[in-house]
Amino acid sequence: MAKSKAHDAFFSPIFKDNPIAVQVLGICSALAVTVKFEPTVVMCLAVIAVVALSNASIALIRTQIPSSIRIIVQMTVIASLVIIVDQFIQAFAFSVSQQLSVFVGLIITNCIVMGRAEGFAMQNNVKLSFLDGLGNGIGYSLILLIVVTVRELFGSGKLFGMQVMEIASIDAAGVATGWYPRNGLMLLPPSAFFIIGLTIWALRIWKPEEA
Amino acid sequence: MKFLRRFLDRIHPLFDEGGKLEKLYPLYEGVDSFLYTPGEVTGRASHVRDGMDLKRMMTTVVVALVPCIAMALWNTGYQANLAMQQPGIDVQAAEGCRGSVIGMLGSGYDPSSILSCVIHGAVFFIPVFLVCNIVGLGIEITFACIRGHDVNEGFLVTGMLLPLTLPPTIPLWQVAVATAFGVIIGKEVFGGTGKNFLNPALTARAFLYFAYPAEIVGETVWTAVDGFSGATPLGALAAANVETGMTAITGGGLGQLSVSWNQAFLGTMQGSMGETSTLACLIGAAILIFTGVGSWRIMAGVLIGAMGLSGIMCGIATGADAGTFTNAMFLMPPQWHLVTGGLAFGLVFMATDPVSAAMTQTGKWFYGGLIGVMTILIRVVNPAFPEGVMLAILFGNVFAPTIDYCVLALNIRRRKARNARAA
Repeated sequence: MAKSKAHDAFFSPIFKDNPIAVQVLGICSALAVTVKFEPTVVMCLAVIAVVALSNASIALIRTQIPSSIRIIVQMTVIASLVIIVDQFIQAFAFSVSQQLSVFVGLIITNCIVMGRAEGFAMQNNVKLSFLDGLGNGIGYSLILLIVVTVRELFGSGKLFGMQVMEIASIDAAGVATGWYPRNGLMLLPPSAFFIIGLTIWALRIWKPEEA
Repeated sequence: MKFLRRFLDRIHPLFDEGGKLEKLYPLYEGVDSFLYTPGEVTGRASHVRDGMDLKRMMTTVVVALVPCIAMALWNTGYQANLAMQQPGIDVQAAEGCRGSVIGMLGSGYDPSSILSCVIHGAVFFIPVFLVCNIVGLGIEITFACIRGHDVNEGFLVTGMLLPLTLPPTIPLWQVAVATAFGVIIGKEVFGGTGKNFLNPALTARAFLYFAYPAEIVGETVWTAVDGFSGATPLGALAAANVETGMTAITGGGLGQLSVSWNQAFLGTMQGSMGETSTLACLIGAAILIFTGVGSWRIMAGVLIGAMGLSGIMCGIATGADAGTFTNAMFLMPPQWHLVTGGLAFGLVFMATDPVSAAMTQTGKWFYGGLIGVMTILIRVVNPAFPEGVMLAILFGNVFAPTIDYCVLALNIRRRKARNARAA
């Protein structure tokens, strides 16, 4: 084996086995939080933290968990971590936590977190599980950042939160300002489906062996 | 025309395998078979019951669309010319190069002259039509070249239908973007013509509807005269209160339309370019049913669904006290639902699209009924959308495979039961 196990655990979920683009997991939050750049980045960081830490903690106690109640134990660990992350965001980024509303709490039900805990952390050691969680979180974030870049650029004329195209509108005095007519579809959640779909299409042309 | 054949034959080697332009063979083949009958014949005995192929099918739909197109040309110009006569509208000529074309032809802006109306309509319809077809065919040819199959006639009808469902004032770049979206997302990602589960023309229109609502709904988009605002009958009724009721369409008073049922049936009212005339759609329906291209079961299904539900709603609403409900749309009688908005156009040309509709005979009834019921539900119950045909047909498209599956499963069960009895 040319590359180490740790290398594989970290890098394979980013492109080769991307949780959204290849496994098509966790797309619910990818639709909901990707209208604006800032909440998306916070959401990505939250998911990276939760999935990495939950993987590590579950790997730590994997030999102690009775198989018949393992899902409940995993749920408890994940829920505790999500609550900590939620409290943290509320304390240090209140306005963003308002915009994200329930979606931070819903990380508990994110299929990626549960999937990695059950599918990877239960069989591997702490270091590998942590790296796998980190890789999956980054893979998830990568797709979210692609989606938010497209949606924000065409929907609000912004790039990374900065106005690059002035939105065409008519102000109170009746004077027309700006030149870019906003694409209303991009502000609606279904547009993320199209962008994720097109991203998967592009990825499979780039790496046909994943299809 | 011999030189054309000779020219095509001379450049043919370029596109053959190993030729310089091998990748562009579908483009060459498309042009060749558009101009001449293809030279290939079958080697063995063929079993042809009928010469009905994709090309003839698509051409029949185009022929059936001719009345609608004629009406689109005339009514768009007629409405614009009429609006220019209104007091308070200070518009002497159409804007920009459209005005120059009319000025050059010297046809003027007389609503009573058919020629003047048709030319005024044509300067709006033809640019939309050209942009739609150039973009759509460009994408079809690109995909045909990449996938290495021949360019087929699949876009022909989409390219006719989409411009007819748009308002005349639609910006041309939006037509281009919508066509690209409709053809790529609605059709090519699923494998091209015949494999799309959604109607590409409606997918394109739905894209515009959600992406750029300011240019496709409202009161100012339907007539191509600056400063004039005129609602469609459905829009007027949706905005009216219950006391006014149907007089919002027929009354002719201040802030009311004056459209009679006959006018609505003939199509001299505001609306998307090709959808206003129910008469033109009926002629199209007759052609489609007579040639067997369009399914009469689907048309009848939509009709029964829409007329039935709107009849029940209207019956309940007219019987009830005015204070018990606030939605004036309940008051629209079934015969008005048929002649306003895009119901007639959608039921004849969009719902019957053989690719995205249900395939089984029984399924077609249910599929049509579902579309009819959904159309009325969206129109009447949903206050945000005064028009519902487009979304109802897309909804029907999504459910068509499920309907077919259920019909087949039931049929298999029935036959199994019959065989078990016999044995």
